[in-house]
Amino acid sequence: MNALEIKQLGKRYGNDFVALKGIDLQVKQGDFFALLGANGAGKSTTIGIIASLVNKTSGTVTVFGHDLDQEPEAVKRCIGLVPQEFNFNQFENVFDIVVSQAGYYGIPRKKALERAEICLKQLELWDKRNEASRELSGGMKRRLMIARALVHEPKLLILDEPTAGVDIEIRRSMWTFFKKINAAGTTIILTTHYLEEAESLCRHIAIINKGEVIENTDMKGLLDRADEEMFVLSLEKPVEVVPIIDGCTFSVVDDTTWQVSVQRQVGIHALIVGLDRLGVKVSGLRNQSNRLEQLFIKLMAGKKES
Amino acid sequence: MIRKEYMIALQTITYKEVRRFLRIWVQTLLPSIITTTLYFLIFGTLIGSRIGQMKGYPYMDFIVPGLILMAVISNAYSNVVSSFYGSKFQHNIEEMLVAPMPSWVILLGYLSGGVMRGLIVGVLVTLVSLFFTDLKIAHPVMMVVVFLLTGVLFSAAGFINAVYARSFDDISIVPTFVLTPLIYLGGVFYSIDLLPVFWQKVSLLNPVFYMIDVFRYSILGQSDLPLVGGFSVILVFIVCLLTLSLRLLNKGIGLKN
Repeated sequence: MNALEIKQLGKRYGNDFVALKGIDLQVKQGDFFALLGANGAGKSTTIGIIASLVNKTSGTVTVFGHDLDQEPEAVKRCIGLVPQEFNFNQFENVFDIVVSQAGYYGIPRKKALERAEICLKQLELWDKRNEASRELSGGMKRRLMIARALVHEPKLLILDEPTAGVDIEIRRSMWTFFKKINAAGTTIILTTHYLEEAESLCRHIAIINKGEVIENTDMKGLLDRADEEMFVLSLEKPVEVVPIIDGCTFSVVDDTTWQVSVQRQVGIHALIVGLDRLGVKVSGLRNQSNRLEQLFIKLMAGKKES
Repeated sequence: MIRKEYMIALQTITYKEVRRFLRIWVQTLLPSIITTTLYFLIFGTLIGSRIGQMKGYPYMDFIVPGLILMAVISNAYSNVVSSFYGSKFQHNIEEMLVAPMPSWVILLGYLSGGVMRGLIVGVLVTLVSLFFTDLKIAHPVMMVVVFLLTGVLFSAAGFINAVYARSFDDISIVPTFVLTPLIYLGGVFYSIDLLPVFWQKVSLLNPVFYMIDVFRYSILGQSDLPLVGGFSVILVFIVCLLTLSLRLLNKGIGLKN
């Protein structure tokens, strides 16, 4: 069974802006799915429709076999939403926010208290349970929204830029948490502008551009399409002449640092052998940017040209 | 049959709403008590003693029901309008929109909060009035019924105001320019018998007049109009406002883009 099935989903806003032009999307049960796109591409509208926060204009949405039009409450019961913007009451305390959310899902108070405690402990917010939500740091606010989304144990968790504005340490710990709950069986849909995040977490990916799905495939298949990779070389000592190696394009960053683009069919081995033959001593080498980012930029540029 | 989950959700919203206005009681409960005390003191005791009787009652006794109901009306209205608009403004209304409960549960939850605040303030103001007059309630059950009906009606009105509001200005315009004139011209301080015939007929278009009239009957045992007419008008207004509120919520007007 698919966790999510979207057919011909369309959205036209009141000002005649068409946000979605009849998109189709499928997310398998247990998947970790990336939904990417530039700002205004239609990601948040899609998520808003799935979560019943935006009225669709056309098409169907089915979540774990429940049609959104026919069984909206069954659909809502399956979904946990972590929205992009902080949307909790700034004057309520952390514990009350999570307990109330459980109550909205019809969970009896005793059980709601237990689940809220579990979720807040999982997200390392238990010590902050009596603090007003407005007093929390940005990272804690993000974690509060995750705890709130998980309190009714959803089968499908939708994360709309869950790590935006969060420092790298907390982001990494959130990735570990997401991987853990995905491994435990929760299907996850992730939108993010950190493509490294999508690359390291997700198994399938869809890219939306101007209300249309321009790519919908598995992550590995997409990454295999990358025809070049970027590396940064640290040199032992300055080299005056930039070498010429087939399939590699060098650019100078400073006296002892080069940036090199290596074509996929050439491979990094040819780069290393070539540099060695020319007597260039390399003290360090690192991948400059992730492959998904390069592909994403290419796909978007391609779409713009067409 | 109403599902158990809906009842839990309703309790949760009601509890949250009550907790909200109790947490800020200085802003929500205290002002009405102070204002009404001043009314009792100035209009009832100081000026009222010179006015004499109104419809056969000491002026203080005559204005007590209207002042109590005025507090109920303004508190029920302002509780829902400020709470629901606040939820829209902070987007935490989305917590309820994503949850598996029908619109009527959300509406009823907010109305319950408004009615509870109206009821608590109404009781407090009634207790204050005992310091100024020897109040004898002629029909206590009817008094509670009017308390509740008035609370529901003006909570629904506040809800509609909040749905359409796009700024904090929008939630103060209606209470200032519509609600306050309706209350003051609804016979709180006078009997419509004192008005010229034309203005007596105009007063009959004011729903607040009917509420104050039946509420005055519940306390003093005397009204300007037959009770059936008064209750009918109140019930018609309640049905209309609740239907509109539910329709707005179902369609997601002002909520779902």
